[in-house]
Amino acid sequence: MNNQRSFFFNVDWFTVLIYLSLCIIGWFNIYAAVFDPLHPGIVDMSTNYGKQFIFIISAVLLGSVILLLDGKFFSVFAPTFYGVTLFLLVLVLIIGRNVGGNQAWISIGSFRLQPSEFAKFSTCLLLAKYLGDSAPKFNEPKTLLSVSAILLIPMALIMKQPDTGSALTFTSLIFVLYREGLSGYVLLIEGISIVLFVLTLLYNKFYVLGAVVAFAAVLILMFRRNKGFTRIVLVGLAYSVILVFSVDFAYNNVLQSHQRNRIDVILGKINDPRGEGYNLNQSLIAIGSGKITGKGYLQGTQTKYNFVPEQSTDFIFCTVGEEWGFVGCSVVVILYITLLLRIVHIAERQRSAFSRVYGYGVASILFFHFFINIGMTIGLIPVIGIPLPFISYGGSSLWSFTILLFILLKLDSNRMGII
Amino acid sequence: MNSFFARRFVISAIFISVALILLTRLFYIQVIDKSYFLSANNNVLRKKKIYPARGVILDREKRVLVQNQLTYDLTIIPKEVKPFDTVEFCNDLAIDRAGFDKRLKNARSQSLYRASVFEKQMSAETYAKFQEKLYLYPGFDVVERYARYYPDSIAAQFLGYIGEVTDKEIEKSEGFYNKGDYIGKSGVEKAYEELLRGQRGISNQIVDALGRSKGRYAEGKYDTAAVRGDRLISSLDKELQKLGEKLMKNKIGSIVAIEPASGEILAFVSSPTYDPNEMIGRERGNNYMKYLKDPYKPLLIRPIQAYYSPGSSFKPIDALIALQEGIITPASNFFCPGGYWAGSHRVKCEHVDGSTNLTRAIAMSCNTYFCYVFHYLMVQNGSRNIKLAYQNWREHATKFGFGVKLGIDLPNEKQGLIPTKEFYDKVYRSRWNSNTIISLAIGQGELNATPLQMANIECIIANRGYYYKPHLIKAIGEKAVIRKEYTLKNNVGVEPKYFEPVIEGMQQVIDNGTAYASRIPGVAFCGKTGTVQNSRGKNHSVFVGFAPRHNPKIAIAVIVENGGYGASWAAPIASFMVEKYLKDSVTYRASGIDVKQYMEANLLPALLQPKTKEDKKTPNADSVKKKLLLRKDTAALPKIKKQNITKRPVSNKKADSVKVPKPAGIKTATDKPKSTI
Repeated sequence: MNNQRSFFFNVDWFTVLIYLSLCIIGWFNIYAAVFDPLHPGIVDMSTNYGKQFIFIISAVLLGSVILLLDGKFFSVFAPTFYGVTLFLLVLVLIIGRNVGGNQAWISIGSFRLQPSEFAKFSTCLLLAKYLGDSAPKFNEPKTLLSVSAILLIPMALIMKQPDTGSALTFTSLIFVLYREGLSGYVLLIEGISIVLFVLTLLYNKFYVLGAVVAFAAVLILMFRRNKGFTRIVLVGLAYSVILVFSVDFAYNNVLQSHQRNRIDVILGKINDPRGEGYNLNQSLIAIGSGKITGKGYLQGTQTKYNFVPEQSTDFIFCTVGEEWGFVGCSVVVILYITLLLRIVHIAERQRSAFSRVYGYGVASILFFHFFINIGMTIGLIPVIGIPLPFISYGGSSLWSFTILLFILLKLDSNRMGII
Repeated sequence: MNSFFARRFVISAIFISVALILLTRLFYIQVIDKSYFLSANNNVLRKKKIYPARGVILDREKRVLVQNQLTYDLTIIPKEVKPFDTVEFCNDLAIDRAGFDKRLKNARSQSLYRASVFEKQMSAETYAKFQEKLYLYPGFDVVERYARYYPDSIAAQFLGYIGEVTDKEIEKSEGFYNKGDYIGKSGVEKAYEELLRGQRGISNQIVDALGRSKGRYAEGKYDTAAVRGDRLISSLDKELQKLGEKLMKNKIGSIVAIEPASGEILAFVSSPTYDPNEMIGRERGNNYMKYLKDPYKPLLIRPIQAYYSPGSSFKPIDALIALQEGIITPASNFFCPGGYWAGSHRVKCEHVDGSTNLTRAIAMSCNTYFCYVFHYLMVQNGSRNIKLAYQNWREHATKFGFGVKLGIDLPNEKQGLIPTKEFYDKVYRSRWNSNTIISLAIGQGELNATPLQMANIECIIANRGYYYKPHLIKAIGEKAVIRKEYTLKNNVGVEPKYFEPVIEGMQQVIDNGTAYASRIPGVAFCGKTGTVQNSRGKNHSVFVGFAPRHNPKIAIAVIVENGGYGASWAAPIASFMVEKYLKDSVTYRASGIDVKQYMEANLLPALLQPKTKEDKKTPNADSVKKKLLLRKDTAALPKIKKQNITKRPVSNKKADSVKVPKPAGIKTATDKPKSTI
């Protein structure tokens, strides 16, 4: 009895509250996206919002079941989950259904399963198991090799579908590795690489190089007493030069023209509202036209009249932007950042390394989805088709994010015991 | 806890900065950049024009002259078309397969999702067929539109017609019209376009991403309703117009009848005419070309565009000017020996009138009398100041509406011609006197007037000294507004008392003069016949007049080209018109003339004569010159004729080249015939 009580109080209800808020916001916006102004008021379970209602109920049930399971279960079965996931990822390549160019779905009757969604939490679990059990040393090749294997195998299989967006999700786990001791330079290099990559595509490569050299010179001049630092800057400079040239070369000679187009549209180098840029343009119009307080619920013209394709799934944020305006968008962004910081907080209060690593894994994956999805709808990054966690329409993604989050909550509720 | 605990802050900081970047970007596109809001509106809003019904045109008794008739356009939405029996479809529509494919391709190129016109203005039978079968042809629909309809097929040149706007008109309207819109092209339709077209409405429609209509925007809050065009009440008397057109059938010429007390035009006949209903619908283009090429020129608006020498109808003007200037009194006598010697030229008079006073001169149409009057008018300030006197005379004549546009509410009115002093200075190198221009005295020479101007003169005489600008529209819209310019009296500067002797003479023309056969029982009908000679065919038959003498109700001018004597065609036709208007019926004349005879007569000049004969007969420059030189009785001098002659060969050549000679009497400003009485 006492045990039950403490369990109840040990669950982090604050996180659950944010989770439920996001699900409900999601449902209302899916309703708006599907809403047909000519036939209002018809509640139909066969529509997307009807299905999403069922998905939310079942996800909550699923979360409750996870909370009732034994905490050790996940640690013990982590390799099994991972193995099953890999099996499904191979299976989907053989018997999977092709939807929209991606062979990502396994059909079981009328039910469709997306194994790549479940790869997220199983990979996190195995990574946590590996890093938690062996005190990792990232300067040892063995550790690097193992970690790479855990991450790259599912990534490669998902790439094969090909579902680039989902595969890229795994790159976010670099935050986990950083937290567990991977050199900060790796993170820095990743950051610098992304910035240089974008700048090279946007501007003349020689201007970019000039800026890099100037920046390096300033750094060396400022810290000239520190020989080690100068060396690092010089290495970084060399890396930057190589990167700029290779990006430029790859862009002009390796990429195919439609891929180039896609990048050009996102970078604003070409204006093509009817072709590659159609989605992005309509998405920007939808969000931009929301102004401060939005057009009001069910009043969004972009939303009602289907100007934005895939609006209930990947572009659900358009509905938020158009009908709720900057205020609504801010609420959603703040909910997410609160959730992320809360998860970091939860991860840090774990006594077991397994739980902590897993917690960071959850935070990284949610962060990646949050950043990439919203970023693409407002034209900050290229259109990469990944859902907005808890809000986008879709059973597989909702369930996988729920499992991902609730395993952490379960581990957290047991944090006093040693797993 | 491990040694890398601090790294949580780095990670948290990255999370927070990304969130801030997202919020900044959102703030920029949602709050700072306003362009997206407009783009969203442009996406969904389609402003659809609603076309109002065009204003109807009524006659003076509010009987319909032009109304709107429902027609049916077959429209197509290509995306919604499903397979159907095209053979039957083509049969029903009376088109072939190639035509079907062409129309379909056209429609597809316009829009797949929006309706475009597949077949314009289907006939009622075709529509009836389609209505039953429409369910067999998904994607097709029948849309009602309004077209003009002329129930009596009359007054074509007065009413005009509408047609699709040209690129030029679109440009001129500064974007008001769009391709495919209709605009008045001539007549009242053109003159009153801005009133007739009404106000267009705007319907704000919402469309979805595929351009399909999704209903009205904001429940129509920003919509504006279409306002139908103003109803125009014309001055025309429909029954009188009908009679006029019947009488003028198979004749070339005009009838203009005006109510003197208001300037309202009662009849506006231009003959030959055409059925205005042929200028609408699918055959409009073909019919228009047919009439454009017609040698009798039915598209010419003769009452305001054809030029005739006024001839005898001008004589009263001379008399009135002379009376006002004090040159003569009603009792002044001139002796007529059967002609007037103007220098070495003799103006012939048809009769030897002896000692003649004004009334008698008018009644007998004495050339000699009016030559004297004109001569004394010219030398009133001494023979050295003849040019000043001429200018004075011309000013008077201009006040009577000669040589100026009267300002009728129809486009393309011609102004006629009354030569200026400068004109004669140029032609005669300043050496001219009253003898040189004596032909003006009897309405000949360079003097040219339109039938409208001739009818207007009768209004002035009937009113004893003033006129209202003749007009065709007497009331606009429900409030029955009339243009202010048509309510203003135009005084000609001749005192009313001077009119009586002239009018007395004009009544005698009918009661016991040339037009004796055209008397109307019980009506004091005043008038003047004219027989206008012209070089290219039989004389034109002219009659002008008004009735009744006291409190006149109608003034009229009738011209029948190549009709011969004024008394034989124009005067009877005028008398039927006047009687119809005053008594509402036409009676058998005691003199034996019957209205039917006149309706059935064909006075059209023959067009296609045997080629060889015609070639010989066609006057070339030399023969015309000879003829004119031989005709010494006309007062015009060779120097002027030379001018005319030099122009003639050009027109003859033109006529020869198309193998269809122009019918005589259709004149332009360069084509100046001679006339005598």
